[in-house]
Amino acid sequence: MINFAYTVWIPLIPFLMFIILGLGGHKLKPKLSGLLGTTGLGIITILSYITAYKYFFATPKIDETFRTLLAFNTTWLRFTDELHIDMGVLLDPISVMMLIVVTTVSFMVHIYSIGYMHGQKGYERFFAFLSLFTFSMLGLVVATNIFQMYIFWELVGISSFLLIGFYYTKPSAVAASKKAFIVTRFADMGFLIGILILSFNTKTFDFISLTDPNGLAITKGSGVAFMGLSVMTWSMIFVFMGGVGKSAMFPFHIWLPDAMEGPTPVSALIHAATMVVAGVYLVARMFPIYAFSTPAALEIVTYVGAFSSLFAAIIACTQTDIKRVLAYSTMSQIGYMMLALGVSGYGGHEGLGFMASMFHLFTHALFKSLLFLGAGAIIHAVHSNYMTDMGGLRKYLPITHITFLVACLTIAGIPPFSGFFSKDEILAAAFHHNKLLFAVEWAVAGLTAFYMFRLYFSIFWGKDTQYHHTPKEAPYTMTIPLIILATGSLFSGFIPFNELITSNGKPFETEIEWIVAIPSVIIGIFGIAVAWVMYRKTTDLPARAASFFNFLYKWAYNKFYIDELYIFITKKIIFRYIASPVAWFDRHIIDGTMNSIATVTQVVSFRIRKFQSGQLQKYAFVFISGALLLVILLIYLWR
Amino acid sequence: MSTLMFFIGVYGFLTRRNLITILMSVELILNSVNINFLAFNRYLFPHKLDGMFFSLFIIAVAAAEAAVAIAIIINIYRRFSTINVEDVNEMKY
Repeated sequence: MINFAYTVWIPLIPFLMFIILGLGGHKLKPKLSGLLGTTGLGIITILSYITAYKYFFATPKIDETFRTLLAFNTTWLRFTDELHIDMGVLLDPISVMMLIVVTTVSFMVHIYSIGYMHGQKGYERFFAFLSLFTFSMLGLVVATNIFQMYIFWELVGISSFLLIGFYYTKPSAVAASKKAFIVTRFADMGFLIGILILSFNTKTFDFISLTDPNGLAITKGSGVAFMGLSVMTWSMIFVFMGGVGKSAMFPFHIWLPDAMEGPTPVSALIHAATMVVAGVYLVARMFPIYAFSTPAALEIVTYVGAFSSLFAAIIACTQTDIKRVLAYSTMSQIGYMMLALGVSGYGGHEGLGFMASMFHLFTHALFKSLLFLGAGAIIHAVHSNYMTDMGGLRKYLPITHITFLVACLTIAGIPPFSGFFSKDEILAAAFHHNKLLFAVEWAVAGLTAFYMFRLYFSIFWGKDTQYHHTPKEAPYTMTIPLIILATGSLFSGFIPFNELITSNGKPFETEIEWIVAIPSVIIGIFGIAVAWVMYRKTTDLPARAASFFNFLYKWAYNKFYIDELYIFITKKIIFRYIASPVAWFDRHIIDGTMNSIATVTQVVSFRIRKFQSGQLQKYAFVFISGALLLVILLIYLWR
Repeated sequence: MSTLMFFIGVYGFLTRRNLITILMSVELILNSVNINFLAFNRYLFPHKLDGMFFSLFIIAVAAAEAAVAIAIIINIYRRFSTINVEDVNEMKY
């Protein structure tokens, strides 16, 4: 048995970096703090790759299945012998894959940040928070039990809050970070309820026993039915609610576009590649329960994912802030991942959706972080976030141009880039499950290609804008991660995921299904062509299209007024009818009681202060009369 | 009879103005208690002497306490130039 106990250091090294940089960062020179953070990440990236190699290729498989290994497990909090919360490291195909994804993307973002955040105030704080985030995310993915996952889930939320609100003097950034934290916290309330119901029902927190297909949780788990659904289904729905919040699915997606107020490396790390896939990871982790015990919850997962992907794609077609287009694109792609999980079965070819979802997670992390880092390079050069201020940048930013183009081709699903393979698997899985869902997702693929190339052409082609100062290509620390990620996007499509990461650990055969592949490529090319015609040169076609779709355009541009709806619900309904009366009650009745106790005491003591008159004989009088009273009472009560 | 003496002492304690007179009343109370002990001793336990021993205690304690009281009164006189108990009322609200 190969010893994997060293993997406990993979989350702990960034934590160490966080402590060092957080406490002593301002005493170090900025360059040193950046190097320290990046070195820590570099070490754990290498460790993750070693772990992956050892796990997938050097550890013998039992029964052709990749085993779930507990590399490290200690009891952290013990209530009774049966009720205890452990902390540990769990290695199984998806967690090892996530280790690679998180550490690689984080490492790239660290290197990039050395260049991007250069000279900014709070440089050390940034690296400290990045390390904190990496620690939290790694702790989440290697969690051995659902409670540990919840703890790190909340930690990830905190890190996200700190990073989005990094420019804390900007009111919009502060508001965005509060929004992100509150929305995800609200969703986590559902997650906690789900955890409590689940663990109460199955008497365990541990993932290995919960997700064992032959174990007690799945075979006997379904509890009493409540309103038509079993207890297990309810708990899984609540657990999924947490995933909805963290992964910015409808209706908890509102925080994601606003989260773009944070620095761009933050958007790349958190909101493209890692934190937002935590919800997908959660469903994947609990997948045996979803597949066997609660197919109803799985249906909900499917439809939420499908709706979110369509919704986000429509909105992304109208946005002008480049980071917001990418944010909605993220929401759409995660919708794909959720959909793929939802249509999946368990075991062998049935589990195609599961494998496709994980595959897409992997490739998406690479190309989406590439897109965000590229956007950061563009913003760095042009000092503006808006497409309307850009154009013709291909002359000035060659490396950024090429890598951005690679990423756009990947997301549009053009072979031989990796996006084609992963998206194709998802479409194949959907095709076998439900033709309507396949059609919707096929249309969304076309929309994806369209809005991504709208973005690409508007930035790099389009009009020849005169810039105040010539945009310069980004420094090496920023372009090298772009190149590395572009290479990854190009070649990661060829990784044989069907042999490594499947729903039950056993590899299975897949092949390209031409009936799915050819239409998906065609619609991708069609989307690119439409964008080419409309945006490559400045025309009035976009304006005419906007007026043609007038009503839909206005709604999509305003994000379907969901934010306004939420503000209405919270301000007019919740604040006025629920929060205000409660606040009134608290302020007047509860505080009033406390205050009146104090006032009464004060008034009474003022009145009876004359008792202390200083006159000895009065004291003696009171003393003696009291004694007499007692004597008389005692004599009479003795009977 | 001892009860009568006791309450005469209490009345004196509560009524008199001169500190020394108050002290005399306290002595009266103590003595009345003494007599009480001896009386009960004679009537209830003719063969034992416990009451008498305690009376002896009380006499000794009374003497000591009278000495301390005189010392306090002297200090009060030095401070207030009066030994009228109604004038010694600084420790009040």
